[in-house]
Amino acid sequence: MSTFTLDDLRELLRGGAEEGAVLDGDIANTRFDELGYDSLAVLEIAGEIQRRFGVVVPDDAVTEMPTPAKAVEFVNSLFARAGA
Amino acid sequence: MNGQQVLITGLGVVAPTGVGADAHWQAVLAGKSGIARITRFDPTSYPVRIAGEVKEFDAAERVPRKVIPETDRWTHLALVAADEALQDAGVDLSTLPEFDVAVVTSSSSGGTDFGQHQMEQLYQNGPSWVGVYQSIAWFYAATTGQLSIRHGLRGPCGVLCGEQAGGLDAIGQARRLLTSGTRLVVSGGTDASLCPYGLVAQLSSGELSTVDDPAGAYLPFDAEASGHVPGEGGAIVITETADAARERGHEAYARVLGYAAGFDPRPDSGRPPVLKRVIERALKDADLTPADVDVVFADAAGVPQRDLDEAQAIGAVFGPRGVAVTAPKTLTGRLYGGGAALDVATAALALRHQVIPPTTGPTRLAPGIDLDLVTAPRQPAQLRTALVLARGHGGFTAALLLGRQ
Repeated sequence: MSTFTLDDLRELLRGGAEEGAVLDGDIANTRFDELGYDSLAVLEIAGEIQRRFGVVVPDDAVTEMPTPAKAVEFVNSLFARAGA
Repeated sequence: MNGQQVLITGLGVVAPTGVGADAHWQAVLAGKSGIARITRFDPTSYPVRIAGEVKEFDAAERVPRKVIPETDRWTHLALVAADEALQDAGVDLSTLPEFDVAVVTSSSSGGTDFGQHQMEQLYQNGPSWVGVYQSIAWFYAATTGQLSIRHGLRGPCGVLCGEQAGGLDAIGQARRLLTSGTRLVVSGGTDASLCPYGLVAQLSSGELSTVDDPAGAYLPFDAEASGHVPGEGGAIVITETADAARERGHEAYARVLGYAAGFDPRPDSGRPPVLKRVIERALKDADLTPADVDVVFADAAGVPQRDLDEAQAIGAVFGPRGVAVTAPKTLTGRLYGGGAALDVATAALALRHQVIPPTTGPTRLAPGIDLDLVTAPRQPAQLRTALVLARGHGGFTAALLLGRQ
């Protein structure tokens, strides 16, 4: 079964990062908006997860992903449900 | 209008003639054209293969990294032009109340280049491959919004979509805001639709030249006029109240003296185009007479009938060869949403340097066109007032009067 890790997410986040964005270290429980990612940016990352991992991420999933830790948990729950 | 004077205090240019107002002005005086074969895509199979492209522009070097994938090229061009314009105006935005500063830009094509790539994703890979930023990047107001976000400008912002006339409408709206309480407006506009989708959309006007020679394709008012050449880029201008500029001790380029807009009647109505009346209304708005105007920056459609219409309107107001007429846009092609904004920047530079920049290309006026067309830089005894004209496809018409500061 596939797993989605914080480092996988970190890699996706770097794609749309502002200069000087702090993504190393303990970001798991920092809110996305505090990391510089607005709701559209989180939605774009959700789309990227969908395209890379072939799992359907519903548009309203953004509300389930306020922080990186919650996002990792949510994506893994989608994997489990898809039996991937 | 109340007594508040409106000034142009900063210019930022991103055009086929150069990136930067100085580079543009030097190219304009030298008659150095930015029109050449299209390089942004292979134009071989299209009926139009030349354009005015903005060269030496790398968004990665000039636009914040996060913003690039969220925005279209037309927004990138405006962000860079605004940086120059704000710096040129010497304004420290952090010292101004955020609700006293607005952004009003002109847009015509929206984000066609961005949209084309998203459509390619859609039909090649499926709906889930369309990125979320399509929702904001294509939209006409995207440039205004990104400028507002980037600089924290929260006054009465907006976008004007008046095709080639939109640049004047944006500055007209800026003037309206500045005479009713706003202190500074980031205005002007850019456009960038030199991608296959954008070019095909422009072709539908039937007004593009299919002549392949960059020197002979866009010859407004000439007997050989064959339509226009498309271009990209434009200008951002900083407009502010005289009081605000005076407080900073900043020298302005020009004063915005008058503005009027109109819309042409249906072509089959038998009624004349609205341009003559728009010029007269702009003069009235500025409390000027035709004799006060020293140069006209023409719309210069390059389409024989439209050239004739414009020449007749100018002749009716100013008399035969009654005023110097120029069209430096012959060096860039028509920039749509950015075109009139660039003309305003060029006119402001002309007033500062007291030189009328030339029209490059036309050599023999078409029958019935009786204009004093300036084809080499000209220094009149005095250059007090410039009239900028713009006519957009479909009937948009606007006129703006600028005065020497």
